[in-house]
Amino acid sequence: MASRYIANTPDEQKRMLGVIGAGSMEELLVKIPAKARLPRPLGLPAAMAETDLIRHLKALAGRNADADSHVCFMGGGSYDHYTPSPINHLISRGEFFTAYTPYQPEASQGTLRTIYEYQTMIAELTGMDVANASIYDGASSLAEAALMAHATTDRNEIVLSRGVNPLYKRVTATYCEGPGIRLRDAAGPDGVIDLDAAKKVVGAKTAALVVQTPNFYGCLEDVAAAAEVAHAAGALLVVVADPVNLGVLEGPGKLGADIVVGEGQGLGVPVGYGGPNLGVFAAKNELVRRMPGRLVGATVDRDGKRGFVLTLQTREQHIRRAKATSNICTNVALCALMATIYLSTLGRRGLVKVGELSTAKAHYAAERLAKVPGVSLRFTAPFFKEFALKLPKAPDRVIPRLARQGFLAGVALKTFDRALADCLLVAVTEKRTKAEIDAFAAALEKAVA
Amino acid sequence: MADAYDKLIFELSSPGRVAWSLPEADVPEADARTLLPAKHLRRDAPDLPEVSEFDVVRHYSRLSRMNYGVDTHFYPLGSCTMKYNPKLNEDMARLAGFAKVHPLAPEALAQGALQLMHELARDLAEIAGMDAVSLQPAAGAQGELAGVLMIRAYHQSRGEKRTKVLVPDSAHGTNPASTAIAGYEVVEVKSLPNGEVDVDALARTLDTDVAAFMITVPNTLGMFEPRIIEITELCHARGVQVYMDGANLNAILGITRPGDLGFDVCHFNLHKTFTTPHGGGGPGAGPVGVKAHLEPFLPVPVVTKDGDEYALDWKRPRSIGKLQAFWGNFGMLVRAYTYIRTMGPDGLRSVSDNAILNANYIMKRLEQDYDVAVPGPCMHECVLSARRQKKLGVTATDIAKRLLDLGFYAPSTYFPLIVEEALMIEPTETEAKETLDAFCDAMIQIAREAEANPAVIHEAPVTTAVRRLDQTKAAREPNLRWTRGR
Repeated sequence: MASRYIANTPDEQKRMLGVIGAGSMEELLVKIPAKARLPRPLGLPAAMAETDLIRHLKALAGRNADADSHVCFMGGGSYDHYTPSPINHLISRGEFFTAYTPYQPEASQGTLRTIYEYQTMIAELTGMDVANASIYDGASSLAEAALMAHATTDRNEIVLSRGVNPLYKRVTATYCEGPGIRLRDAAGPDGVIDLDAAKKVVGAKTAALVVQTPNFYGCLEDVAAAAEVAHAAGALLVVVADPVNLGVLEGPGKLGADIVVGEGQGLGVPVGYGGPNLGVFAAKNELVRRMPGRLVGATVDRDGKRGFVLTLQTREQHIRRAKATSNICTNVALCALMATIYLSTLGRRGLVKVGELSTAKAHYAAERLAKVPGVSLRFTAPFFKEFALKLPKAPDRVIPRLARQGFLAGVALKTFDRALADCLLVAVTEKRTKAEIDAFAAALEKAVA
Repeated sequence: MADAYDKLIFELSSPGRVAWSLPEADVPEADARTLLPAKHLRRDAPDLPEVSEFDVVRHYSRLSRMNYGVDTHFYPLGSCTMKYNPKLNEDMARLAGFAKVHPLAPEALAQGALQLMHELARDLAEIAGMDAVSLQPAAGAQGELAGVLMIRAYHQSRGEKRTKVLVPDSAHGTNPASTAIAGYEVVEVKSLPNGEVDVDALARTLDTDVAAFMITVPNTLGMFEPRIIEITELCHARGVQVYMDGANLNAILGITRPGDLGFDVCHFNLHKTFTTPHGGGGPGAGPVGVKAHLEPFLPVPVVTKDGDEYALDWKRPRSIGKLQAFWGNFGMLVRAYTYIRTMGPDGLRSVSDNAILNANYIMKRLEQDYDVAVPGPCMHECVLSARRQKKLGVTATDIAKRLLDLGFYAPSTYFPLIVEEALMIEPTETEAKETLDAFCDAMIQIAREAEANPAVIHEAPVTTAVRRLDQTKAAREPNLRWTRGR
């Protein structure tokens, strides 16, 4: 049967073969040795008609709990934030959606301009000089920052505070395996980094100190103090930050960060079972030639008209090959476009409002939930939109009970940190209402009783 | 004529305009400044645009019109497989039960997502003749990194310290870059003039320090490597693992399989062969497939099936670790799954047949007017050289620019590096004969112009939003962000 994604009819195929001078399709495959040929059809399920396939996929989708079917209090690196309607409509325009890396800038000014806008917005939010066009996700951005710090300082250790997302640490460890970069932990008993302890770990071998704020447990870190510790040892400070929070929270660059990375999913990208996400990467000007990934710069055309191009490409793999600053080629341009449209839509005041509402609702929720008998806040440090609750019953047992009542209750911390086996990480975005929080508290009370 | 629009969103800003809609706080204490210590708070509100919703919509709609995309233009960018991206994929990926599932949701609440991943991994393994597939890598380059790290872990597990990886001079730049990050010395292997591996030279290079040989099949000249089985056997005899860059998989679906050719690892570019959109540069997805001996080293977690239950298996002590925070670019996985189920085994086979037919058709129609890098038949793409035109002062870049004026995106240029003035053309199976004819007519017109009227080529493009851009200025005076008053 003909496929709707292949245009040429058998008659057209025949005419084309005639032009080529081949008697059959098979004649075009002469260079493939007979013993290399697959002697049978692929063992895959038969083709499905569109209506049948939609039914099948809807059934699969129906077996997942999602942030529409449930009230979502889950975070841990992926958040249910407000996504204005225009985003999906605009990114779906084929001119954006079905283009590729802007190798021909004259025919790619739409993509190049949006990346330039994106770089401007991310640099502004993070308080840094320059941002790149994106890395895959927050974790791979951190891994790239580790490699960049190593290359910049010629030092071989990266010190990570305990509050850095454990999944990010895992990814960073994978990337650091080849170059032989050693990862060390800076512990902190109360949810945040212990800077006195960190001073003992950060030294002459340290390429970078990494802190995350708010950290994996939701607590805010003292970035300025961490910068002092890093810089006193001649190391870089790498800060992991969530840009959607930076309407309210200070840009880490203003507090001494040399590199800022983070997960930009909150900027209009759906939680999407974890991907694609948006790896944010920003740095100080003096580090720009060590940066990974693509950079778009403004220039002029032959007539002196403003235009945009990929620039400083001698850092990149297609030019520098084995000596490139990174192996990244395809990034997540479309997610960066989503973030650009999001930040254009929210603008100067909307992003502040998102941060204020998240903070207010999270603090209300923390107070309300900590009043549930047997439940308490695990950490005392200031938090932003996420916090750890200590539960009187195993979170693994509480979460399914709450799911049956329509709540995605939070993230069980046991798998990330054995010392927090009795803790549930709860995130509250601007989308949650007081009524939802109150109902959640009531349901939690029953679930832990 | 090109749209003369020349605004950035910042230049539309008018203080007081809003494009968002958020409710007022419904909780008692709503002031972040009293809830949080001052040292954490931003001193100045971020300098973001203040525009209306319609400003946003019109601005980005107009910017989009400055782009060529597959939906609007033939986009023969070699090695990138710019095929049609089915709209059904998009509807399916946007179902709330996929797009709005939290990655850390308990496995019991994500059984549909896990089933989809499990089936997709199984299908990709069948397509490539591999034993296991990880869906985690976010793009081809990350798939390469994962693959080379698995090879490294494998050698280490056998107590072998091999330090070098061989990469042909015709390879994609990501191959040496990924290999270097994985901690290996990259040794470039010279190809024969026809782009094939010099098997005798390879045999001399394969010593006990070599961990892997990384090769693209079909190669970047669009040719199937005729001695490939001999090559993988030779490598294995020397204890060397063989990696296949799967960028060109669109040529071989159902025809031959990397696993059957002897490859130990290969990655897939779901944004090439499996119709997920290129998005202006991503997101892609770069799953990586391996033979059984490398399976213990796959990234964690691995999706497993026990009876009717799906789970994420983290207990894999020999794993190389993780590539991204979560499980893969799931949205892209839904699209690829939708595509594979749409096509079925016969449909996928006809994808490659028609991709090959279209590429050979273009090659045949252009062989009089351009030099063909290697005589055909080719696989899914053909590489031409503009060396004849260069003698007339017209380069591959010039030809690319002129094509833009004639209504086509350009082929890849100056790649592979081993072909002078390379034009790498990949039409894909989704283009119809009349589009190929129009493109070939344009290419032939340009060849004639190069002889009779090169000025029109050197002037090009004149129909695009901007004309040729000053790359040197961009690099010498980096201007990487907008600032007020510039």
